[in-house]
Amino acid sequence: MNTIILIIVLLGLTTFAYRYGRRKALTSVEGRVANLHSLPSYHGAYVALWCGLPALIVVALWLILQTDLVERMVLSGISDGISGMTKGQISLLLSDIRNLATGDITSRTPSPMVQAAAAHYVELQRLGFMLMTGAAVILTSGGLYFGLKAIQPTLRARPQVERIVRWLLLIASVIAILTTIGIILSLMFESIRFFGQVNPIEFLFGLTWSPQTALRADQVGGSGAFGAVPVFAGTLLITVIAMIVAVPIGLMAAIYMAEYASPTTRSLVKPALEILAGIPTVVYGFFAALTIGPLFRGAGESIGLSVASESALAAGLVMGVMIIPFVSSLSDDVINAVPQSLRDGSYALGATQSETIRQVILPASLHGIVGAILLAVSRAIGETMIVVMAAGLSANLTANPLEAVTTVTVQIVTLLVGDQEFDSAKTLAAFALGLVLFLVTLALNVVALRVVRKYREEYD
Amino acid sequence: MTEAIYVEGTVRPDEESVTGMSEAIETDTTETETAPFPTKVKANNVDAFYAEKQALFGVSLDVPENQVTALIGPSGCGKSTFLRCINRMNDTIPICRVTGDITIDEQDIYDPAIDVVQLRARVGMVFQKPNPFPKSIYENVAYGPRIHGMAQGKADIDDLVESSLQRAGLWNEVKDRLGESGTSLSGGQQQRLCIARAIAVNPDVILMDEPCSALDPIATARIEELMDELRQNYTIVIVTHSMQQAARVSQRTAFFHLGYLVESGATEMIFTNPEDTRTQDYITGRFG
Repeated sequence: MNTIILIIVLLGLTTFAYRYGRRKALTSVEGRVANLHSLPSYHGAYVALWCGLPALIVVALWLILQTDLVERMVLSGISDGISGMTKGQISLLLSDIRNLATGDITSRTPSPMVQAAAAHYVELQRLGFMLMTGAAVILTSGGLYFGLKAIQPTLRARPQVERIVRWLLLIASVIAILTTIGIILSLMFESIRFFGQVNPIEFLFGLTWSPQTALRADQVGGSGAFGAVPVFAGTLLITVIAMIVAVPIGLMAAIYMAEYASPTTRSLVKPALEILAGIPTVVYGFFAALTIGPLFRGAGESIGLSVASESALAAGLVMGVMIIPFVSSLSDDVINAVPQSLRDGSYALGATQSETIRQVILPASLHGIVGAILLAVSRAIGETMIVVMAAGLSANLTANPLEAVTTVTVQIVTLLVGDQEFDSAKTLAAFALGLVLFLVTLALNVVALRVVRKYREEYD
Repeated sequence: MTEAIYVEGTVRPDEESVTGMSEAIETDTTETETAPFPTKVKANNVDAFYAEKQALFGVSLDVPENQVTALIGPSGCGKSTFLRCINRMNDTIPICRVTGDITIDEQDIYDPAIDVVQLRARVGMVFQKPNPFPKSIYENVAYGPRIHGMAQGKADIDDLVESSLQRAGLWNEVKDRLGESGTSLSGGQQQRLCIARAIAVNPDVILMDEPCSALDPIATARIEELMDELRQNYTIVIVTHSMQQAARVSQRTAFFHLGYLVESGATEMIFTNPEDTRTQDYITGRFG
């Protein structure tokens, strides 16, 4: 809470620094802006950056590092009491101390040692905050002083401010990359633990998926087979069904919208199609599980086929409908991007509209359409909710779309929901599945982006 | 009402011309058949509208066979609109409406019985900006003959591609790389590829809408030479902004202004002794 107030105060000071710097720049040339090297707002920003940036950076670093530092100091203060404890016990003790210090409920009655440590903890936290506030105040006022002192008509404020802004932009883009790397790393560490228990070869090529492991040593029924092939096969089957639905329908809808529809029709049809993308996937899940699944089972029975009520077909079909807008919207955009001059050229040779579409427009926009389809595939592979509700849990290795299959995402959900030790092979298998899934969709996205980029160079 | 003087010097009185609007601008479209250049395309009282805006006012013009006819005039004068009436390219613009008669070889091209696909096979068009399809050079030329079923088998198409490229003066430059993309050629080569593509369907008339405005002077000279060769076999109508180009390549010139056909006749006459003061002003650079 106090930290928030501190940050608000810092931001307020920065705003003040901006206005003051701007005014000082103006008065330094007696209002004749043309005599300044940079516009007054750059001078203001220059002072504001001097004033706010160092302090905010220090506060941020302090907040990140302080907790760890304080905990180390608290532990070293009670080093006699904890000698001989395991790592897990120490971490449990530490969370007790933390809970006591922040006034939460502790898991057991605190011992005097814990109480003393908690008091120490509170004391250190307060000291840390005071030091941080002091550092921030010194940096802010120092920055304000230096910034204002530097202001004079010849100050090259604009290049300096722009250089800092460029760094901010760089940091913003790095954050996305770092997040991706972080996700990969977190998946990888857990996966490595999993592969310590299960042979990677067995995981990738085994044909039986039955992740039930025994909770206790004397428990029966937990065989624990981690052959992921049926799971990936199920994902593939459902994705293929979804693409069989989505690609032709999406593509034809795109051709209609881009080439045949009148502007009025287009302005109605396109948003209507895009509504499909806005429906929550849970709702698609209901639809697949409660309407389409039973419908297929009934239809199958009436012609003598046995259809599971949770069939790959139902899930794939509904998923296909869900991703129609991905295909249609992106394809529509690339078809529209084909220059009118190509259409004119084709019409002027006496080609009909359908000949022009088939032989000129589609080939010219093929790369973009392939990109759209690949993006839709990675969306279908990663889709979870529909398959959780409609595709079932049994890991059948089958190509028959009328049977129940399971997918990678469904298995991840079921593995992580429920009571299981966190370091058992069953739980860790979810991370290994997640890693493989992530790598596949990442590869698809990279390929899709490359294809789309190549398409951009196509004309001119 | 005036008389047009033909290149050959025949003087003929004439059927006349028209004006739609209140100010009754005298347009004169004095063209008739003279051997050896009979009228190929004949426009009579053509109006064109984009939605409510009228772009052409009662244009009547005769285009003689095996001649290059240049349409000149300031921007927005309707010369491109008129050109696009001749192969009904304006049909592809939903808001565009054309009235009046245009005949090619005495056949009304706006007759409902006429198939626009066949019309456009007879009337080829080359555009302002080279627009080769993003296909190979070979496929660009083979496209037209294929959609019209003009060739049986690969050998036929090979021949057609070769002869079209030869007539467009591009064969020697591309014969070793027919498989490369048409878009990889230079601007001037692309434009000649577009001409070859138009020739490949064996049209009677070739329309060119400022075909050199995106090209450098050398490529322009190349295309102008080509036009002169092509007129042996085709009737060419060219829209151009360059009066020098009109003077160099055309035998007939028509001057458009604000949607009216002001004057038309032998190029020599238009450039040396125009009837209308507006033509005079335009060609001497007083406006436009």
